[in-house]
Order: sequence, then structure tokens, then C-alpha cells
Amino acid sequence: MAERKPYLFDNPRNIKLVIYALYAICAVLVLLDFIVHRHITHEWEGLLGFYAIYGFSCYVFIVLGATWLRTIVMRDEDYYERDDARSDGEGEGRHVDG
Amino acid sequence: MWMAEIPVFVPFFVAAAVALVTRGPLRSVLMLAIIAVSGLHLWLVPAGIEVRVSFMEYELIPYRVDGLSLAFGYVFHIAAFISVLFALHLRDTMQHVWGLIYAGSALGVIFAGDLLTVFVFWEMLALSSAFLIWARRTDRAFRAGMRYLIIQVVSGVILLAGTLMYAHSVGDLEFGFIGTGSPAGWLILLAFGIKAAFPVLHAWIPDAYPEATATGTVFLSAFTTKTAIYMLARGYPGTEWFVYLGAVMACFPIFYAVIENDLRKVLSYSLINQLGFMVCGIGIGTALSLNGTVAHAFVHVIYKGLLFMAMGTVLHTTGTIRATDLGGLYKTMPFTALFCMIGSASISAFPLFSGFVAKSMIMSAALYEGHHWVWLALLLASAGVLDHSGIKIPYFTFFAHDSGIRVSTVPRNMMAAMALAAALCLFFGIYPAWLYDLLPFDAVYNPYDLTHVLAQTQLLCFAALAFVYLNLTGIYPPELVSTNLGAEWLYRKLGRRLIGAVMSWVRGRDSGLRAAVMKRVNGLMLYLAQLHYPGGRMAITRPTGYMVIWVAILLAAYLWLLLSFPNEMAGSDHH
Repeated sequence: MAERKPYLFDNPRNIKLVIYALYAICAVLVLLDFIVHRHITHEWEGLLGFYAIYGFSCYVFIVLGATWLRTIVMRDEDYYERDDARSDGEGEGRHVDG
Repeated sequence: MWMAEIPVFVPFFVAAAVALVTRGPLRSVLMLAIIAVSGLHLWLVPAGIEVRVSFMEYELIPYRVDGLSLAFGYVFHIAAFISVLFALHLRDTMQHVWGLIYAGSALGVIFAGDLLTVFVFWEMLALSSAFLIWARRTDRAFRAGMRYLIIQVVSGVILLAGTLMYAHSVGDLEFGFIGTGSPAGWLILLAFGIKAAFPVLHAWIPDAYPEATATGTVFLSAFTTKTAIYMLARGYPGTEWFVYLGAVMACFPIFYAVIENDLRKVLSYSLINQLGFMVCGIGIGTALSLNGTVAHAFVHVIYKGLLFMAMGTVLHTTGTIRATDLGGLYKTMPFTALFCMIGSASISAFPLFSGFVAKSMIMSAALYEGHHWVWLALLLASAGVLDHSGIKIPYFTFFAHDSGIRVSTVPRNMMAAMALAAALCLFFGIYPAWLYDLLPFDAVYNPYDLTHVLAQTQLLCFAALAFVYLNLTGIYPPELVSTNLGAEWLYRKLGRRLIGAVMSWVRGRDSGLRAAVMKRVNGLMLYLAQLHYPGGRMAITRPTGYMVIWVAILLAAYLWLLLSFPNEMAGSDHH
């Protein structure tokens, strides 16, 4: 099927725009920390930009942790199916019609 | 005419029977109408209704309505309506009928006042839901459904054992607070824990849910696990270690979700992560945290359903749900993308979306009760939710690189179901008072105070910033075609190997023993054969003269005996 028009994110400028918008929002959120008086329950909440830093570092930690996890748990996609196929050879045929 | 005592599962079973005998548009209209009428019926039922019947020496309460069950009852109606609407385009009687029985069974559990009734519906829940997996009609789905059913039935059997012990020790079957003070309490907790996806017992969710049909998973995601959450909230509120268990449940699946390629499996991990928040709320056990759990279950059913619907739509229209095959679908599925992102924003708990008003209660309760480490873990889990459900699901499906897939049409009923769910996500996010009015416990909470909104927005926006950073620098792990081992490995590989090893040992022993016996038997046969074969001792043909000589010898011997001992031989005659 021929493309009739370029779509929204076919233009790299629009992607940039989204990213810059996120930068701007993050900047505003940090600035608000200076203005807004928080009522806090835990002392760490009072630290400047606690949620921002914690959010960022948690995200990086999760992604790096998951990447590391791959080295342990990742297998071929048919890892289990190979066993299934083998036992199929021994077993009887199955019907799965509802 | 109208009776408050009519249990709400009855209309669902009626709807299932109606679906069995009707076809086409008539069936569609009737299914939706019956659910809507049932919802209206439930709305008018006041809390405090009880139906009691005597059974042997026990008193059963097959139908009991109170604040806690009502909240779950309402959302189960919403979920059933949306799920049926989403599945209307199917010409598959099996899925319609079993889907309705499944939803009805869940309502049966929720409104059951005694443990025996719970058990009956618990098993119906297991069986009916398995058909939604088998309805995919592939060999793979058949196997997955079988594994799923076995685990669910085991949960039921454990529940029955626990119930019998409970009845024996307490002398009553009424289902109220159970607690972990007795072996019966532990057994019943184990049964609930399997369905609530406690760590290690959770494997059936990512194993089975992605194998169900595009529409079936929407049903599945709503009922089974939330039924279990309800049971825990009623039977085990305030169980201290649930707080830590919940934190573990909220955290570990997010790592799997990041690297998983099957997007419905990502959502299955995400489901466990969400259950973690609820279990945590049950463990804290204050009015605020229990309300938080109920509210979270309520909104979760809707936005998780929405996400599974969005992915179901993608599976239905493109035929694949692997992240490696998808991308750029926003071009031809803009509305599905929009609805999916509303679901993503809701589960990530952005302010003005439904997840925010519910999850905040559990987080705040953890903080008020001094569970600081748990609070930090839940914040980490929140960042994780943003990654797998908030960013990964919509990004890899609808954006990222253009897969070249162009979708022509999406069934209208699927669009309508997603639109309805998306509208509810926004509605409860913007007007939380409507949600809070349904909550059973007495606690005042205001999610929209400036501190809280700012904190949550900062957390999420900077986590999103981290995604941009990791993506631009190429650190974010690419999607790979793979299987990632989890607890299901224990029974799909290790269990299989163990059983295989035991069987082959038994087979070895067995064949050794049989070989030894056969050797003896064969030896005997051979010996006999040697006797009888040509040349064998028994095969010798002897001349008649031989026989005459032997007869003569015998007679001589007899004669000699007779003559030597005449008295004895004759005497024996006289006795």
C-alpha cells in the first residue's frame, strides 16, 4: 500500500518537539520544588528534588537490572516447545476443536 | 416483582443459557442487556442482605451483601459488560457462554457468605476460565490451558481441605476473618495465595494469560486474581508479613516485564506487580489502606482490561503480539493508540487518571504506618510500572520503528469497549469522589493536594526522562525474540525432568527385574526343550522289551517285599 502522506512522527522535528517538551516539563517540576511548600511525612521527602532523583535512578536501576537478568534467564523462544514436540512423538494425537 | 434476594450470579448464568440458544445480533443485545439489568439490580440491593439455608448440620449463606462485596460486585459488572462488548464480533458460542459463566462464578465467590459456597464457585471459576484459553484452539493453548487448570484445581482442593479443617475446629462455615492462627487458616491462605499470584505461586499468570484468545484475556485479567484479593481482604486483613510480600510482588515482575517480548506477557507481569500493591494494602490493614486496596482493585480491573483490549485489538488485526514484529501502528490505529495511552497513563498513576487516586491511598498508608522501606520499594515499583505498562506497551506497539504493518479496520465493538473503559479511567481520575463513595471502610482521603500531585508528577516525569536518556544512548535493551525463564521453569522443565528421571529409573529397574525373571524362565524352557528335542533324554524311543523288563523288575520287587514282611502287608488290609 502506497503511503499517501507522511505521518506525524515521520518528521524527526516532531519527535524532537516531544522530547523538548518533556525536558521543559521536568525543568518546571524542579523549579516548583523551590516554590511549593511541602508537608512531608518522611524526612527524605523534604530533600530538594528527592522524587525527581529517585524516579530517575530507579528507572535506570530497573533497566540495568533487567538487562543483567537477561544473561541468566534468557533462552530460545522454543525452549519449552522442544520438550512438547518430543513428548508429542511418544504420546497420542490430540484434539483441540472446541 | 423485583426481589433484593435474587443473587447476582443468577442473571449471568441465565445470560449464558441465552447465549447458548441465540445467534447473531439478538444474542449480542440480550447478553449486554442482561448484564446491564443485573448491574441495575445490584445497584438497588442494599447492604446487609443475607440468604441462609441449612445443609446437614451446617448453616450456609449462599448470598450475602455488604460494603466490601458490593464494591467488587459493581466493578465486576463493569468488567463483564466491557469484556462482553469487546468480544461481540466473535461467532464463537464457546467463548460467549464460558465468559459469562466465568463472570457469574466470580460474582458467586464475592457474594458467598460461607466457605463451602466459596469452594463451589471457586472451582467453577477455574473450569470456566480454562475454556477461554482453550478457545484459541491451538496445541500450545491447549497445553497452557491444561497447566492452568491443574494449578487452579489444586488451589480448589487445598481450599476444600482447609475448609473442612476450619469447619471441624471452629464448628462453623461462615466466611469472615480467618487469620493465620491455625493450620486451617494457612491452608485456606495457600489456596487464595495461588490465585492471588503470591511469589513462586504466580507462574500460571504469565504462562496462561498470553495464550488465551484476544478477547479471552480481557475476561481473565479481570476476575480470578481480583476475586482472590477480595478473599484476602476479607479473611486476612492486617497480616503483617503481607506488607513485605506485597512489596516483593510489586517489584520482581517489573524486571521480567522490561525484557519480555510478548506484550500480553508484559501485561501479565504488570498484573502481578499491581496485585503487589493490593496485597501490601491488605497487610497494612488500616481503614485507609484497605480502602486503597479496594479502590485499586476497582480501577485496576478497568485500566488493565483496557490495556489487554488494546493489545487484543493489535493481536486480532495484525496476528502478532511480539514487540519485535510491531511498531508504527499509530499510523493506522490512532484511536487504539490513544485508548492504550489512556490505559497506560492510568496504570502509571498520572494525576487525573484513575490509578493515581487509588494507588496514592496505599502509598500514603504505608508512609503513615511507618513502613518506610516498603514505601521506597513501592515508589521503585511505580517507576517500573511507568516503564513496562506506561512506556513500553504503547511505545513498542504504536511508535518506535515502523514495522510496515498497516491495519485496515478495527471491529467497531472493540473500539466501543475500549472507548468505554478509557472514559471510565478518566472519569474516576477526575472525579474520585464517585469512587470513594463506593468504598466500604471509614477513611477520609484527598488525593489532589499539591504536595502529592507534585511528588508523583516529578517521579513519573523524571522516570520518563530516564527512558529518553537510555533510549538515546542505546542502553535501553532492545526487544529480542526469546523466552525468559521464571517460576514456571520449576514445573515445565525441572518437574518434567524429575518425573522423566524417576520414570526412567523405574523403567530401568522394571526392565532389569523382568529381564532377570525372563532369563530364568527362558533357561527353564530351554532345559525342557533340550529334554524333548530330538536327542533329548525324554525324546528317546525305547523298544517294548525295555518295558517288559521293568515290569518284571517291579513285580519281583513287590514279590520280595510281600514275602519278607508278610504280617505288615496283610495287616494293613485288615485295618
